[in-house]
Amino acid sequence: MSTSSRNDTPALLDVANVSKSFGAVEVLRSVSLQVARGEVVTVIGPSGSGKTTLLRCVNFLESYDSGSIRIDGREVGFRDTGTRQRRSERDLAAMRAETGMVFQGFNLFPHLTAAGNIMLGLTKVRGKSSAEARSIAEHWLGRVGLAHKADSLPAELSGGQQQRVGIARAVAMGPKILLLDEITSALDPELVGEVLEVVRSLAEDGMTMVMVTHEMAFARDASSRIVFMADGGVSAAGPPAEILAADTDNERLRTFLARFRASHF
Amino acid sequence: MIGQIAYALPFLAQGLALTLWVSLLVVVFSLIAGVIMGVGLVYGPVPLRWAVRIFSDTIRGIPILVLIFFVYYGLPAVGLHLPSFWAAVLALTLFKTAQVIEYLRGAVGSIPKGQSEAAMAIGLTFRQRLAYVIFPQAFRRFLPPWINGVTDAVKGSALVSLLGITDLMQAINQVIGRTYEAMPLYILGALIYFAVNYALSLASRRLEKRFSFIRE
Repeated sequence: MSTSSRNDTPALLDVANVSKSFGAVEVLRSVSLQVARGEVVTVIGPSGSGKTTLLRCVNFLESYDSGSIRIDGREVGFRDTGTRQRRSERDLAAMRAETGMVFQGFNLFPHLTAAGNIMLGLTKVRGKSSAEARSIAEHWLGRVGLAHKADSLPAELSGGQQQRVGIARAVAMGPKILLLDEITSALDPELVGEVLEVVRSLAEDGMTMVMVTHEMAFARDASSRIVFMADGGVSAAGPPAEILAADTDNERLRTFLARFRASHF
Repeated sequence: MIGQIAYALPFLAQGLALTLWVSLLVVVFSLIAGVIMGVGLVYGPVPLRWAVRIFSDTIRGIPILVLIFFVYYGLPAVGLHLPSFWAAVLALTLFKTAQVIEYLRGAVGSIPKGQSEAAMAIGLTFRQRLAYVIFPQAFRRFLPPWINGVTDAVKGSALVSLLGITDLMQAINQVIGRTYEAMPLYILGALIYFAVNYALSLASRRLEKRFSFIRE
């Protein structure tokens, strides 16, 4: 199976023919997607189209029934022997440490401070001393504009601040790829901007990202490519201008965009 | 009368020591077994879940007194002869373990799934997730029922006197047998049990405050 993308550089993320069912419902139908280093790929589509499931398969929070997902050439959830034998717990954890994930509901650890949330993976997974971990945490909190909140508990932060800590927690691990799962959907509208600003600055730094979002304007400005999913499959993919064009000949996409425009403008 | 009671005090103290010793063993063994089995119940593969579920439901459906007699008088029939002391400790431990399993299930079950997922996403292994993310949060919910359970264990240990073990209860009965002063000695016994359990309750309230870091 090919692991090169169309630009001839090997794809960092290579999703090939992935299918998955929840019981009788087929949520992913032979999905293929390649993401090159430094690319920002946005996945859009109606709810229930499999966007979030796809993202969760990439770091193996969900398993899948067939196909393969490779990061840097290595299968994420199954052993490299090609037998679909699940990786050991230790191996899986190590693979997951290479992908960062930011969640819709933030999922900060409520018993740890902002800095503590970031330090946990650095000390327990990366084996850093707590002084080193602290300075890395402070660096990233600075990057997301929360240097002064290092010692605050999540309950003491606003939603936007919590999500920025969530992003800092993910990127501080030095992941090869960052997965953003509707990270602004749970935020009050006035807090969305501050979070997207952080994502934009990471994109400018060359962080490879796959994001699921309903923020079309942001997707248009920040993505190198947009993937439109419908009914568990990739229905269209291409540069933002092409995908978001109102006169696309993909009927599904046209309907989706028309509905979206009607409800958001 | 006062003289007779004073004379009996060292004997009662020995009984109290045994009561505390039995309680301590039961609390420690049941905590270890209950947490391990509780983790099996929440996270284990289906057959293990079933095994733990059946164990817990069966034990909790049997009166503790029946359990004590079963272990002491029943197990010898299958070749397992335990001295009365260890038979009592085993029976009480089984009983308490079933409770600890349920406390743990409730406490861990109250932690949102997203916490495990976030912990997985940063690359923590199963044990690390439990140790650094799940247990620290579940502890606060586990503590109040568990401390309640500890005081139950102290009170429940009085049943070991039925196997002829000289715990505090049995010591009181023996002193009454010699002095025929039932009322004062039962009151004294009640006060001693109360003092032990009240001290435990106070300690638990301290602990709960110390771990109330999550505001709701």
